Amino acid sequence: MAKQLYWEDVEVDGEVTPLPKIATRQMLVKWAGASGDFNPLHYDDSFAEASGVGKPIVHGALKRAWLVQLMTDWIGDRGTLKKFSCQYRGMDYPRLMKSMAEPQEGETWWCKGKITNKYVEGDEHFVDCDIQVENGKGEVTTPGKATVVLPSRG
Amino acid sequence: MLPEEVTNFIGKRGDVRITEVDKGAIRRYAEAIDDPNPLYGDAEYARNSRYGSIIAPPGFWGWKTKWAQSEGGGYSDPRGGLVAALAKAGFTNPAAVNAGEEYEFFCPIRPGDTLVATSAITDISEREGRTGRMVFIVTETTYVNQTGDVVAKSRSIGMRR
Repeated sequence: MAKQLYWEDVEVDGEVTPLPKIATRQMLVKWAGASGDFNPLHYDDSFAEASGVGKPIVHGALKRAWLVQLMTDWIGDRGTLKKFSCQYRGMDYPRLMKSMAEPQEGETWWCKGKITNKYVEGDEHFVDCDIQVENGKGEVTTPGKATVVLPSRG
Repeated sequence: MLPEEVTNFIGKRGDVRITEVDKGAIRRYAEAIDDPNPLYGDAEYARNSRYGSIIAPPGFWGWKTKWAQSEGGGYSDPRGGLVAALAKAGFTNPAAVNAGEEYEFFCPIRPGDTLVATSAITDISEREGRTGRMVFIVTETTYVNQTGDVVAKSRSIGMRR
């Protein structure tokens, strides 16, 4: 893993290291199997059409898992994710596959975060962040918040 | 206004879900996200970390092994449950949409853990959106591990139309 982030390294208005993600139909199938969410909305064209979303959409919970990774990558092994929330505001449509391993050209999603507060409670060093998933057009489809505890050099 | 047949589900306890957390399921979950964090798959690396073992990514609860229906059928009973009551009230779209989630994490989840998740519906409300009537269902869940520790709490918002 990357080098450890410390509470003293973080400043309000600073940014969380962005994390790029590419959703594909293949990733949605893997996610369905790994999470146990077999809602046909995420893989069945005719069901998605009948539900009014047009085509299969990315699972909200998969975007949640991306945002969790955004935070756990940033805080490192010695950081702890304490609180997390996100809202699924906009739909995202995965890329199709060009080959077994390669997605077709298309959107790349960016998970991003901004530090909104840092404080000490008891002996724990907290940081609050606003986080979000942005689609290829830069629109926020999944805003959220996270609270983490970081190690201190103090 | 939502009919009583629907709002009666506020406060109703859900089914009790028992999940088991194993290494393979953790790895499949991390792979599905495309998260190469060695804490989720590299036993030696994880042993030398402050956790002392592989852990599950926050938000992963393992694989469901038992689903005990709560007394009175619970809200997820497909015949007498909330979905049927909503359909009667005009919310007939078959898709349940996940609108948002909140988590609080108290301690790590490890391979070998058994978690008991108990849920209750804490709110049901209606909103008129651009595209018509929507109903939001808030479910709160508490996860307890085999040693009795509360490992996490979640609040999830489902939407139907």
